[in-house]
Amino acid sequence: MKLLISNGHLVDPAAPENTGMSLLVENGRVSAWIRPGDSQPEVDETFDASGLLVAPGFIDMHVHFREPGQEHKETISSGCAAAVAGGFTSVCPMSNTLPVNDNAAITRYMIEQGERAALANVFPIGAITKSSDGSELAEMGEMKAAGAVAVSVDGRPVPNAGIMRRAMQYAKDFDLPVIDHCEDKSLSAGGVMHEGRISLLLGLKGMPALAEEIDVVRDLLIAKETGAHIHIAHVSTKGAIEAVRRAKNEGINVTCEVAPHHFTLTDRSVEGYDTNTKMAPPLRSKQHVEAVIEAIKDGTIDAIASDHAPHHADEKALEYDKAPFGIIGLETSIGLAMTELVYKGIISLERLIELYSANPAKILRLGGRGTLKAGSVADITILDPDREWTYINSESRSKSRNSPFDSREFRGAAVATIVGGRFVFKR
Amino acid sequence: MEKPYRRRDLLGIRDLSAAEIVGILDTAENFREINSREIKKVPTLRGKTVINLFFENSTRTRTSFEIAAKRLSADSVNISVSTSSLTKGETLIDTALNLDAMAPDCIVVRHGSAGVPHQLAKVSQAAIVNAGDGANEHPTQALLDAMTIREHKGKIKGLEVAIIGDIIHSRVARSNIHLLTKLGANVRVAGPGTLVPRDFEYLIDCANPQSAIRNPQLKVCLNIEEAITGADVVMILRIQRERQDAAYFPTLGEYSIHYGLTNDRLNLAKEDAIVLHPGPMNRGIEIASEVADSSRSLILDQVKYGVSVRMAVLYLATGGSMVNG
Repeated sequence: MKLLISNGHLVDPAAPENTGMSLLVENGRVSAWIRPGDSQPEVDETFDASGLLVAPGFIDMHVHFREPGQEHKETISSGCAAAVAGGFTSVCPMSNTLPVNDNAAITRYMIEQGERAALANVFPIGAITKSSDGSELAEMGEMKAAGAVAVSVDGRPVPNAGIMRRAMQYAKDFDLPVIDHCEDKSLSAGGVMHEGRISLLLGLKGMPALAEEIDVVRDLLIAKETGAHIHIAHVSTKGAIEAVRRAKNEGINVTCEVAPHHFTLTDRSVEGYDTNTKMAPPLRSKQHVEAVIEAIKDGTIDAIASDHAPHHADEKALEYDKAPFGIIGLETSIGLAMTELVYKGIISLERLIELYSANPAKILRLGGRGTLKAGSVADITILDPDREWTYINSESRSKSRNSPFDSREFRGAAVATIVGGRFVFKR
Repeated sequence: MEKPYRRRDLLGIRDLSAAEIVGILDTAENFREINSREIKKVPTLRGKTVINLFFENSTRTRTSFEIAAKRLSADSVNISVSTSSLTKGETLIDTALNLDAMAPDCIVVRHGSAGVPHQLAKVSQAAIVNAGDGANEHPTQALLDAMTIREHKGKIKGLEVAIIGDIIHSRVARSNIHLLTKLGANVRVAGPGTLVPRDFEYLIDCANPQSAIRNPQLKVCLNIEEAITGADVVMILRIQRERQDAAYFPTLGEYSIHYGLTNDRLNLAKEDAIVLHPGPMNRGIEIASEVADSSRSLILDQVKYGVSVRMAVLYLATGGSMVNG
C-alpha cells in the first residue's frame, strides 16, 4: 500500500519548512519526501494536501478515558474517536481508572482496547503507587514492559515527599518520566475554583496558586537530588512556571505541559456558575494566564495536553460545589491553539508542532514519532489552517459533553488524521 | 431564560442598579403599613403560587417569606430538602424542572452552595428569588438591613458602616457591601485574619471590571477597633461554630474576647450608632448581651422589616411595577 500526500506544506521542526512537497508513505512508514520537480512515484492512493499543513502526528500526553470502570463517561474507543477528530494520532490515558492502572494487566488491557478501536495509538500511563493511594510503589518495571510510557499520580497527588523521592529514584532505573499533578491538598481541600478576587466575589471556596507551587518546588528539588525526569502536568500558575524556568536553567531534568483552557480562559469564566468551568487546576486569574502564554512563547512549556476529563452530563448538572472537576478537550485543543496562539502571533507553526508532536514524543521516548523524517512511523496530522468552524458540544465524539467551549468559533482544524499509514479520520 | 408575565429573578444585589435598589425599598415602604393592620391581607398576588425551596435549615427567613406571600394572598408552599440532590439520585436541574412543571410564579431558593439560584434561573420559567446561596449573596437580608438603616438614619449615602466577623464565608456581608456602596455609604470590614482576606477590598471592583482603581468606599481594617471607630452602623455577623473545628480561630472564648462586640468597643462608634445582626445571635460570643439588649440594637426591627421587603420582592418578581420615589 503506497500513499502519496501531495503538495502540502510540510511542517516538521526537525526539517526546514517545505512548501509543495509530497510525502510518500509505504507500509506504515514515511518512505520519502518528493520535491515538486521530481518524478512522481506510482501509488495506490493520493491525498491532495494543497493549501494544507502536513505535520507529524499529534500526541496528547494527558487524557482520561475512564476505561476500565466508568465506561458511561468515556471508553477507550469513544475517547480515541474524539482524539482522531481533533487531529491526535496518539493519546496517553492516565492511570486513574477503576481499578487504577497500577499493574501490567491493566496496562495491556488499555492497549488492547486501543487496538480494537483501531483509531489512535494508546500509550498508557501507569500509577506511581498501588491503587494510587500514595503508600507502596506500583510495579513500574512490569508496566513499562507492557507498554506504559510514564508513571503519574494524576488527580491524587502524593502527599508524602518520601514516597515521591523513592518513586523518582526507582522510575529512573526504567527511564520512565514521573508525571505529577502538583496540588498540595492541605492548601486546596474544599476549593472549587482559583482563590482570588473572583472567588471572593462569587462566594466560592478557592484553591490558592500556592497549593500548586509548593508541590512543584518540592518535585523540582527531588528531581535535582535524584536526577530523575520530572514532568509537571498542566502547569497553571505564574509561580510554578517561574520555578520550572529556574530549574531548567539549572539543568534539572524537568519538562512541563499546559492545557488549552489555561491559556484561553480566566477565573472570570466561572461567573454564572457553569460547572463546565470547574477543573483542577482551576482556571486562574489574568496574571497567571499571561504568565502561561509567555512561557509557551519562550519555550519553558514543552507540550500542550488537553487533560481531557469526561464526566457524564448528570454528574455535571449539580451545584458548583458538588460537580466533579474536569472538562473534555480533545476536539477543541488544536482550534484553541491555532486561534489563540498562532493567529495572535504568539508562536510559529513550527513551535506549534513542537508542542503537539515533537516534544511529547521526546518526553515519552516514543522513537520514530514526532517527526516526518524518512523512516519514521506514518502518524500524520493534516491541518487546514484557514478552516473556520464552530465547536458544538452535542456533536462531540466523546461520550461526555462537559466543555466550556460550546459554540466557540475557531480558525484552524484537523482535516485528516493518519495513524500507521492509514486514514483514521477525514473531515 | 426569558421569563413570561414580566417575571424577574432576584439573584443578588450585585446585579441591581442603585435606582432598582431604591425602587425595591420604596415598594417595601408602601407594603409596610399592611403589616400593622388588624386584617393583614391584601389581594395583590391572588392566584399566584410561590414555592419556598429550602435546601438549608432556616426558620426566620423561610417564615418571613411565607408570611410575606400570605399577606399578599399568594399561595405558598414550603419544601425543605435536607438531603442533597445527589443522594436522592436526582440532579439539581431535575429538581428545578420538576417544580417548574407545576407552573409556580416564583421559586424562593436557599442553598448551601453558591450559585444555585443562578443555575436554576437558567432553566426555570418561574422567577427565582435568592434567599441565600452559600457564601455568595443574601439579597433580601441586605434590603431589610438597608430599610432598617434608612428608617433610623434617614439616609444611607455618606454613612460609615462597619461589618465585623466571618467576612469570607458571609453572604450577608457580600450583599450588604454591594448594596451599601451602591447607595453611597462607606463600608469597613474587620475580623480575624483567617476570615478577612485582604483581597476583599477589591470586591466591588471585581464586580465592575471596567473600574481600574480600587474603590475607596470599601476598606479592610487591621482590627475591629479601627473599623468601629466613628461608625454610624455596626453590623455583627454570626460566627459559625464549625469554623473553630476548621482552625480559623482557636476557641469561641478567645473569639469573644478579641472580636466580640462589647459596650466598650461600641463606645468607639458614633454616639448615635446603631447595631445590626442578621441572626440568629450567639450571645456572649460575637455580641455581648449588654449590646444585644440595648436600645441601640435594632435586631427585631430588622426582622420586622424583613416581611415588608419580602412582600416587595415577591410582588416585583411576579410582575409588579416599582414605586418611583
